[in-house]
Amino acid sequence: MLELKDVCYAVEDKEIVKNVNLVIEDHFVVITGPNGSGKSTLAKLIAGIIEPTSGTILLDGEDITGLNITERAKKGISYAFQQPVRFKGLTVRDLMGLAAGKDASFSELCDILSEVGLCAKEYINRGLDGSLSGGELKRIEIAMILARNSKLSIFDEPEAGIDLWSFSKLIRVFEKMVSKSDGNILIISHQERILDIADKIIYLKDGEVERYAKKDEILPDILNSAVNGTCRVLVDKLD
Amino acid sequence: MDAIEKNMLKEVADLDSLPTGAYNIRANGVSAGRNSTANIDIITKEDKPGIDIRIKPGTKKESVHIPVVISATGLKESVYNDFYIGEDCDVVIVAGCGIHNCGGQDSRHDGIHTFYVGKNAKVRYIEKHYGEGDGEGKRLMNPQTVVHLEEGAQMIMETAQISGIDDTLRQTTADLAAGASLDIRESIMTTGTQNSVSEFCADLNGENCSCNIVSRTVARDNSTQHYTSRLNGNNICAGHTECDSIIMNQAQVLATPELKASSTEASLIHEAAIGKIAGEQLIKLMTLGLTEEEAEEQIISGFLK
Repeated sequence: MLELKDVCYAVEDKEIVKNVNLVIEDHFVVITGPNGSGKSTLAKLIAGIIEPTSGTILLDGEDITGLNITERAKKGISYAFQQPVRFKGLTVRDLMGLAAGKDASFSELCDILSEVGLCAKEYINRGLDGSLSGGELKRIEIAMILARNSKLSIFDEPEAGIDLWSFSKLIRVFEKMVSKSDGNILIISHQERILDIADKIIYLKDGEVERYAKKDEILPDILNSAVNGTCRVLVDKLD
Repeated sequence: MDAIEKNMLKEVADLDSLPTGAYNIRANGVSAGRNSTANIDIITKEDKPGIDIRIKPGTKKESVHIPVVISATGLKESVYNDFYIGEDCDVVIVAGCGIHNCGGQDSRHDGIHTFYVGKNAKVRYIEKHYGEGDGEGKRLMNPQTVVHLEEGAQMIMETAQISGIDDTLRQTTADLAAGASLDIRESIMTTGTQNSVSEFCADLNGENCSCNIVSRTVARDNSTQHYTSRLNGNNICAGHTECDSIIMNQAQVLATPELKASSTEASLIHEAAIGKIAGEQLIKLMTLGLTEEEAEEQIISGFLK
């Protein structure tokens, strides 16, 4: 269970995240909201990539606010980047081995990579560099989180930068993850199909939690608000 | 050989015991073991220190190991090794030098290796340079590699100097005939106040020859590095040279790639990049549970792999 108490984050007097209070105990929770609403910032605060200006973060009742990224990772928090990082020289096997926390066997890695639609034989010795496409890197990024089998897995817009074909497979990956994983999954997403498989949805706006409710209670309103957006011209064009 | 020398042999040539195939092991300026084979003859030079390695045409899937270890402080030597590789060969040559210096005097090894690679022959040449010991005397190495590639010859050269050499001047020159190819991978790490200078120069003379030089280096502490790479495109040819460096602490790196085209059909490219370890790379590995120091070492070892 993850709990945020009065969490604030400001940069040069600009408040990005304002007094966020959340208790996340459901299996699959999606954070959504307009661009610039503080979603990625909130995820980074939870993973320890940035420090809150004030407030407290608890994992299973333990105060982790003062712990760094490594310490939180060891406590069982995983974080998948929106833009996967490239490494010169490190291979898929190297990174997957680090993620699994041991010298994982080929068959173990094969199992995990196949979950994200990649053939281990083809990919395991490839470098995580410019030779891989954005979609391939994204899938490997997700595979690393699967390999960690964490208490809390955070995904920052996993759908960003992948093609439609990969996206439909990605949905299946998350559906399977929900059914197989014991840990909590927290995903930042704008995608209706991802929102649709959530237990609960957090709607952030201007750095504040505007709504936090069960999917069935909140999703219709979110979809309507998207259609009834302020820009009529854009909505007409989309229609 | 004593335990120190055996350890250095392991570091520079990955040898726990005597290798199979042809070999010549040089320890503290004298031969510590040699084996020639039916196809590979190793002969002592008479006019200067060093050996000739003659490989018969058509020799395939054979290897030659010629490691050098120095454990005597104050030893300084220049050694000339010439490799004559016959047509249509396909061989692996493992060289390398380890210096253990616990004394107060400088120890130095200058290895001058000249390769005459026959038509359509393939050579993979691996060399590692390594230093250790806590004496005040410096560990110095100045390897020179001269490569002559005949028509259709191919050479892959993997050269690494990862630790322990205080000062080095590494010079590699090559000339390529028609259809020849040369692929060089260099890995260097300097620490403390070490200094490393790498100079490459390749003449791409023959039609459709190609040369690819990639140097990856890490400069730490107060160390200094200078990389120079010159490609001379004298015909229809393809050349690429790349220097990629990670800089840390107060180190300095100077990269000077140079291209000279004397033919409109020469296609030459150079790339040079120097920068610190990207913060996002560290963060990514830390989210996998590594400490910042462990993440740094992982990134460096991958980079130099």
